[in-house]
Amino acid sequence: MSKFRKKGKKGQPAVNTAALPDIVFMLLFFFMVTTVMRETSLKVINVTPKATEVSKLERKSLVSYIYIGKPIKALQGAFGTAPRIQLNDAFKTKEDIFQFVEMERDERDEAERNMVTWSLKVDQETKMGIVTDVKQELRKANALKINYSTKKTDMIQN
Amino acid sequence: MAKREISEINAGSMADIAFLLLIFFLVTTTMDTDTGLIRRLPPPPEDIPENNDKIKQRNIFEILVNANDQLLVEGEYIQVTELREKAKEFIKSSPSFPNVSDASNAANPNLPEFKAEEIPVFGNILVSKQIVSLQNDNGTSYEMYIKVQNELVAAYNELRNELAQQKFGKSYDELSQQSGSSESIKEKMKAIKKVYPQRISEAEPKKVGGTE
Repeated sequence: MSKFRKKGKKGQPAVNTAALPDIVFMLLFFFMVTTVMRETSLKVINVTPKATEVSKLERKSLVSYIYIGKPIKALQGAFGTAPRIQLNDAFKTKEDIFQFVEMERDERDEAERNMVTWSLKVDQETKMGIVTDVKQELRKANALKINYSTKKTDMIQN
Repeated sequence: MAKREISEINAGSMADIAFLLLIFFLVTTTMDTDTGLIRRLPPPPEDIPENNDKIKQRNIFEILVNANDQLLVEGEYIQVTELREKAKEFIKSSPSFPNVSDASNAANPNLPEFKAEEIPVFGNILVSKQIVSLQNDNGTSYEMYIKVQNELVAAYNELRNELAQQKFGKSYDELSQQSGSSESIKEKMKAIKKVYPQRISEAEPKKVGGTE
């Protein structure tokens, strides 16, 4: 017992600040992460296909997303399994795309309105029919710069 | 007596807590950098004057994809993995390109013709009149469509790389990495793009296979 007691030296130790950097980093990361987090919740199954020749989309603020795919399991009871278009947070039909394009444009600065990229996030099992419809609507709305969202891979299979 | 009681707060586990939180946020949030194939749609139909100048059949690389995701390229049934080589051969138009002098490309009657064009760095040279025409069915799967698109883009990219390697000793990708620093590199890239412009035209899809 006395063995242990000997160790304890008297005097006032300084407050340990070794963990301070950790706390600061924690806060930093927290803010970094939370400020980018705002995203629409997906209502469609969305597994984008893989491709080798992908390029990154440069400016996130100039990208608008259009999701196409089957409704997720929880919503299949109400909406069926036919592929649907999701704009922002709701299911929409192709007729709504024109309005969507206009609204998205209005949110941006005047100078940047024509630089918006329309990223099509389409599930890989979707048939081309609905995708073509969407593309035609985008053409009508003069939203010509599009991006087929794909994941990067090294090889494509047959 | 009470003074002496103040002891060091044990902060040894603070770092662990911080890391735990950090890892938690890293895992739960998707650092979602969107990647994809960037394309330009043609302008709305009423804007373009009907441009039905007879494009010769030999200048068109015809790709058909049916509702069963089968590929018909220039009248031949092939696999997607073979598409890249075929497209490259076509876009290049002549195995000896860019050392060609015969605009009608008589040596390769099945490949496109050339036309003389003024290009910034290279001067006046012959470039191919290639056009890739892609037609899919409404029942084609999106996955297949992307594969075909990807192979076409890959064909163009590989050709650009080869040409840049041959002319400047650097691949096109390397040039584009360095392009931020120098105007002359941008010029070179523009020139290469002009020699191999991406001309992928998409026809209105057919509705043979029916939609889902």
